Amino acid sequence: MKEYRTINKIAGPLLFVERTEPVGYNEMVNIVLHDGTVKRGQVLDTSDELVVVQVFETTAGIGRDSSIRFTGETIKMPVGREMLGRILSGGGKPIDGGPEIVPEKRLDITGAAINPYARASPEEFIQTGISTIDGMNTLVRGQKLPIFSGAGLPHNDIALQIARQAKVLGSKEEFAVVFAAMGITKEEANHFMADFERTGALQRAVVFLNLADDPAVERIITPRLALTTAEYLAFTLGMHVLVILTDMTNYCEALRQIGAAREEVPGRRGYPGYMYTDLASIYERAGIIHGVKGSITQFPILTMPGDDITHPIPDLTGYITEGQIVVSRDLHRKGIYPPINVLPSLSRLMNLGIGEGHTREDHKKVSDQLYAAYAEGNDLRGLVAIVGKDALSERDRMFLEFADLFEDRLVRQGPYEERSIVQTLDLGWELLAMLPEEELVRIDRELIQRYHPKYRAEVQAAG
Amino acid sequence: MKDVAVKDAGRGVLQRIAGPVVTAVGLDAHMYDVVKVGEEELMGEVIRIEGDRIIIQVYEDTSGIRPGEPVVNTGLSLTVELGPGLLKSIYDGIQRPLAALVDKVGDFIERGVSAPGLDRTVTWEFRPTVRAGDTVGPGSVIGEVQETSIVHRVMVPPHVKGGVVKSIERGSFTVEEVVCTLEDGTELTMMQRWPVRVPRPVAEKMNPDIPLITGQRILDGLFPIAKGGTAAIPGPFGSGKTVTQQQLAKWSDAEVVVYIGCGERGNEMTEVLIEFPHLQDPKTGRPLMERTVLIANTSNMPVAAREASVYTGITIAEYFRDMGYDVSLMADSTSRWAEAMREISSRLEEMPGEEGYPAYLAARLSEFYERAGRVRCLNGMYGSISVIGAVSPPGGDFSEPVTQNTLRIVKVFWALDAKLSQRRHFPAINWLNSYSLYLDTLTGWYDEHVSPEWNHLRSWAMEVLQEEAELQEIVQLVGSDALPEEQQITIEVARMIREIFLQQNAYDDVDTFCDMTKQYDMMKAIKKYSDLAYAAQAAGILPQQIMSLKSKNDLPQIKFIRDYKPVLATMLSRMDEEFNALRAA
Repeated sequence: MKEYRTINKIAGPLLFVERTEPVGYNEMVNIVLHDGTVKRGQVLDTSDELVVVQVFETTAGIGRDSSIRFTGETIKMPVGREMLGRILSGGGKPIDGGPEIVPEKRLDITGAAINPYARASPEEFIQTGISTIDGMNTLVRGQKLPIFSGAGLPHNDIALQIARQAKVLGSKEEFAVVFAAMGITKEEANHFMADFERTGALQRAVVFLNLADDPAVERIITPRLALTTAEYLAFTLGMHVLVILTDMTNYCEALRQIGAAREEVPGRRGYPGYMYTDLASIYERAGIIHGVKGSITQFPILTMPGDDITHPIPDLTGYITEGQIVVSRDLHRKGIYPPINVLPSLSRLMNLGIGEGHTREDHKKVSDQLYAAYAEGNDLRGLVAIVGKDALSERDRMFLEFADLFEDRLVRQGPYEERSIVQTLDLGWELLAMLPEEELVRIDRELIQRYHPKYRAEVQAAG
Repeated sequence: MKDVAVKDAGRGVLQRIAGPVVTAVGLDAHMYDVVKVGEEELMGEVIRIEGDRIIIQVYEDTSGIRPGEPVVNTGLSLTVELGPGLLKSIYDGIQRPLAALVDKVGDFIERGVSAPGLDRTVTWEFRPTVRAGDTVGPGSVIGEVQETSIVHRVMVPPHVKGGVVKSIERGSFTVEEVVCTLEDGTELTMMQRWPVRVPRPVAEKMNPDIPLITGQRILDGLFPIAKGGTAAIPGPFGSGKTVTQQQLAKWSDAEVVVYIGCGERGNEMTEVLIEFPHLQDPKTGRPLMERTVLIANTSNMPVAAREASVYTGITIAEYFRDMGYDVSLMADSTSRWAEAMREISSRLEEMPGEEGYPAYLAARLSEFYERAGRVRCLNGMYGSISVIGAVSPPGGDFSEPVTQNTLRIVKVFWALDAKLSQRRHFPAINWLNSYSLYLDTLTGWYDEHVSPEWNHLRSWAMEVLQEEAELQEIVQLVGSDALPEEQQITIEVARMIREIFLQQNAYDDVDTFCDMTKQYDMMKAIKKYSDLAYAAQAAGILPQQIMSLKSKNDLPQIKFIRDYKPVLATMLSRMDEEFNALRAA
């Protein structure tokens, strides 16, 4: 391996190296400092005259006297079954004091695209035990469903609750969690780790930690390392893997930082024009493949800057992922946990995973009806602010009350409260029962007679 | 594309690699020539020439490629293979059949794999339609192949001069075997190639005056698109854009459907891939897939291939149009295509226009949409391509460049609205913001084929909806009881138009498709209620009494009844009775 001491320019996380042998694009690079420290980087641009290297760690200590070693291969991740239960740095090195990982395989971290023709359609219902998700925005195996949150909102608790409770009903398959933290604080990381340890989830988890004070550029590879590991666990070892990525906003900031250092033409709000493609190369690494046992389900978490859902980060994410769970500041202020606002939330794959054979035959209709009634009640709140409650018709007051009860009973639940899908749907019926039957226009008569509490009581009384 | 590789129109070496854009030197090349890059022979296309430096966009991941590796020019521009075997196929952006790739390299798309667009081993039963001694010209049909339920017309390629047929075969042939020879020695096969960036020639462009019937009430009824027309569906995410496009692909009365999944979700493409083969074509009862070509270049597949996918799709559409078919082409989403242009442009360090998009964005969009249209083909037949492009405006902001430039070109705008979809009003197309500029040219068709009354009914419905929107502003402030009686009825009638006519359930077996006669009958029923209600009100009956009448509550039911006519007739006569009783009381 040849060494070069021809660094010409250092700008931000980028090194410009002159006069090298031909170097491959995306090749992995080691930078050796004068004191022997080795830092890692990757080739971003290569030509006869100049090679641009992006350094994954801080460039502190790198000078024109540092030497560059090109490794001749792209970044690879050593993977193996024994990674379960381990804690790794954002760059993939063990930081739990345990031994180095003995790899069963070394995989390219970029990952190839799954051939759309080879994909199987996701349709297995995952029960998270959270009513607003299970009942209204159902998650299915192989889906990527992000949590859109804001600074200071309890998205981490929601993610933890999902990681704790998520299960596929009636199955006993091997299950693993891959957790990738990008730029979160030590305190937040401790919170996650403590919960993983307490619940024993750590044994079936692989944790990648890039903390707030770790190099921002490392955040570019953290999710890729995590997903490469997840793909190995899922498609080689046949496990069902839940991947939690937090916080994608920090990832995008790092992407912007590198774009700026390379003096690229910026896109919206200074983020690079290729951010959509870049995010897609992360989010699209979820799914199920025909004839392969495992699956990857993704839960990316992102904090919307200024709670703005039109900001490029949530916006581009929403275009790639299959829906979104939106955490609302209003509900949080009302003291409701989990403060999930179902109105802007959506699960695009919901219809594939609900109904008879998956959850219960009335699921879709109940969910639609709850949505419609809650939306109506919520709209009326605006009107009340203008004309006062007294000016409302009786019908309007009823919907207003419905919206309040909906938040209080169906949305609100404890962080350790695990509701089965049947409990959630029955709870939905209890709420709907407060509306007159003719208002339940989205549910067939037949289902009403089978599930409406009024008729159930009659059936039970008769029986 | 195996056979492309054998040609060698010059060699050079790589000088620089930066993502999907690479530079070669020492290569003799022309713009848009297809080249093979590196030792793995990745496919690329020349997009700029600067002195000796040739800039190439590569359709595959360039990781690990080094300066000094060879570049070979094929001397051809990016072409697609056209012939029997296109239908039922699923291609990526550069016409590699995805099923063949799974067989070759497995579940993940490895780079450097190639497979021809048309299978070389399959034989097709060729029936000649001309005889030796006949004269054929560019575009002339020389024979037919029953490809699926669709008859594939084999044509003389547009750039072949034609002449007198010397001999023509009958029987089973592969796409590479010669089926026809002309006097001048020209040999014709069932396959032809066409460069994707060049529109296929036509004899004449016609005026679009026939509607593309989609079976979707809000589209056919209020905002119709003509066969050969262009439409845009913009929508913030989660507003039902994809479902609307899929409904169009399933139900529109085009004979051939080309669906381009351009930079969209993998799982969504899978849904299309799984669903289409099981869906029945309402007209033939055959699987819908038999008249469909799918192009799937998902968001994580190479960006340059995404840029090409739209051209690949429209060229295939043009080929079927030249056979005299009505083709509808869905592009989901043109915003992703524009973003691919932006990404490549920024790698080229071109001076950016608005929001980083290249300055030629508007030109590329209009060139693309201009390839739509109803035409008289070179062979004298009539065919059409209707283009329906989805736009995904960031943050739902319609003022962004892709939406704005698209709106300047297309004639129909179906404004999807997230608010409506949150209310579960589907299809979530906003009736106030949408428009169709084909209404005038289509009036004649509706007069003749639906009813002379239809155009009036349509205007009436639009007026009611418009009036409702204005009244709703007042209602928001003072409540509905404060409105004058007449306007209370208007609000009720508008509600009926919205809930009965505009809302349509894509997942209901019957309601998913609604023909023009049924649309007309439904609208007429609502109009009848409206007339009776206004008359009753004028006669001094209170709106509360009018609205408490039961007969109208059954109207929504007819959406879900296949043989609705007798039911509707009963409902309408009950409506008459109820109103008579009310006035008598």
